[in-house]
Order: sequence, then C-alpha cells, then structure tokens
Amino acid sequence: MKIFINEKNVIVNEKDTAFEVRDFVKKDADIVVVNGFIIREDVELKENDRITLIIRGEIPNEEELEASLVSRHTPGVHERVKKACVGIAGLGGLGSNVAISLARIGIGKLLLVDFDVVEPSNLNRQQYFIKHIGMKKTEALADVLKNINPFVEVERKDLYLDESNIEDCFKEADIVVEAFDDPKCKANLVNTLLSKFPEKYIVAASGMAGYFSNNTIQTKRKLDKFYLVGDDTSEAALGCGLMAPRVAIAANHQANTVLRIILEEYEI
Amino acid sequence: MIINGKEMDFETKITISEMLKKLGLAEEKVVAEVNFKIISKEEYKEYVLDQSDKVEIVSFVGGG
Repeated sequence: MKIFINEKNVIVNEKDTAFEVRDFVKKDADIVVVNGFIIREDVELKENDRITLIIRGEIPNEEELEASLVSRHTPGVHERVKKACVGIAGLGGLGSNVAISLARIGIGKLLLVDFDVVEPSNLNRQQYFIKHIGMKKTEALADVLKNINPFVEVERKDLYLDESNIEDCFKEADIVVEAFDDPKCKANLVNTLLSKFPEKYIVAASGMAGYFSNNTIQTKRKLDKFYLVGDDTSEAALGCGLMAPRVAIAANHQANTVLRIILEEYEI
Repeated sequence: MIINGKEMDFETKITISEMLKKLGLAEEKVVAEVNFKIISKEEYKEYVLDQSDKVEIVSFVGGG
C-alpha cells in the first residue's frame, strides 16, 4: 500500500506498523509523527497515512525541514492554508503576532505592510529583537519569519497606507488583517477595503489595551466579510498602555479567524 | 430606528453625520453600515436615515 514518509510517496506492506517503518527507514528517529500526531505507542498504518520521522536535535536539510514542519499540520488543512495569501496592514503588536502565528501554520504567502522602523519601545509587545532596532519593520519581521518557517513566501511593502495605495497594495490578498494603532487609519482601511473589494475578507481589531479581563476580548462578525476583534472600548491612553499579553490575545483571535475563513468556517 | 442593536428615537429626520454627532462619535474613526451595506464617508452628510433602518456603527479605538 501507498503511504507518505517525510512527505514522499513510498510503498509499504499491508499491516506494517509505524515503528516497523521507522526501524527500516530511520532507526534513530525518536519522534514519530503520524497524520499530525506524535505517537508514543505503535499503530498499524493505513493507505495514504503520512508519517514523519525526526531525530531530536538534528539540523535537517531543507527538504526534511519542510516535511517536519508540515508533519504537525493536519492533512487536508495544510493544502488549503498553503494556498492562501494574507495581507497584514501594520506590523506592530497585532501585526507581528498575527504574522508569526500564520507563518507557524504554514501560510502560503504574507504581504507585510508598514512604513515604520523598530524602536526600543516596541519591544514591550511586538515580536522583534534588540538586534532589529532601527531596521524597517517589514525587513525585521521577514527576518523573524525566516527563522520560524522559511517556506512562507513573504512580500514586503515599506509604505504608509492611505486611500491612494490601499487598493493596489492588497489586490492579491484573499484576506486582509487590519493591525494599525491609529483609530483613523483603522477606519480608513476598513472603509476603503469594504467598498473597493466586496469579495475580500477583513479581520480588524479595536480595544485591547491594558490588563483587563481576557474574556472581554471577543471576535464579532460585523458584516458577511468583516470581522472585528477586541473589547471595543479599551483604548491605548495615558495610564492604560498596550501590553504584550492582551495585544497577543487579540492578535491570535485575528490569526485564528483568518485560519477559520481559509477553512470555510465562517461562524464565530 | 435600531442602532447597534438598541432602539433609538430621534425627533426629526436625521443624517448619518448628525447621528454620529449626537452619539459623540468622530466621523473619521467609524465604519457605518445601514441595512448591512457599508456607507462611504462622502455620503454621511446627505444620507438621511429612515425609521425602519438597521444601523450598525463600528467606532475604532486606538491601539495595536
């Protein structure tokens, strides 16, 4: 019967087990992943099963690396995620976290848009490192993503988004994540996208400052293709700053909403 | 009319601009839908709301 070992088509005997295959192909592998799950006890393999064999700590070559990354993605899900192109408008606390989560699930392509550079004050919540200070955010985030999943296609756009360039910037994206800081920019982007691209999905955010309850951050479906994440009220202000945990909660609401849209799960 | 799920009553005919003012919301920070259709900012001043309209206003706050 036909199975996949490290994403390669291989013929094995009926009733072969995962550990038998491991002993034959890569005896030293201490991690055996079958259909997205790390198994501890041996299982009998079935036609079209996907098995990945990993030696802990071994630096894999590029082909093995992609197979290992893919192995934790549920088969059937990954193929669709790999085809998606997602635009991210603003690479601050929201955008940098959304990009990382989407890269980890093996998104096909990211369009990263920001005009700014990394500043020391960004490190309180944004996914950059000290070595990135002074670097364009698009460049710094591309560097972070490359070190997480080099198989994501990344297109960088160093520009300030406004009505004149929003349309051109996101024409390729299936879904756009609004991840700005400024409320006027947020409204402007959402208004422009909703009127110019009725076919695209937009996932925006509003209200995630402070250390208020986790559970007030919600995802709402405001229109057929317009989702809004946040508590609607907690504005970044004097005495109520943006902090890593709550911004990341909101960002990952956005990232999971993107994933659900890709997988055609439109209900919140 | 229904605004953000709540019934609200205005004495006279009211435009989107006037309604936003009454609600204390800044035009440049909102997204306005009437009967599930997005209304562009340029229309706010002329768009007169009807009693039967279902209005949804998203007012963005800063932070990201």
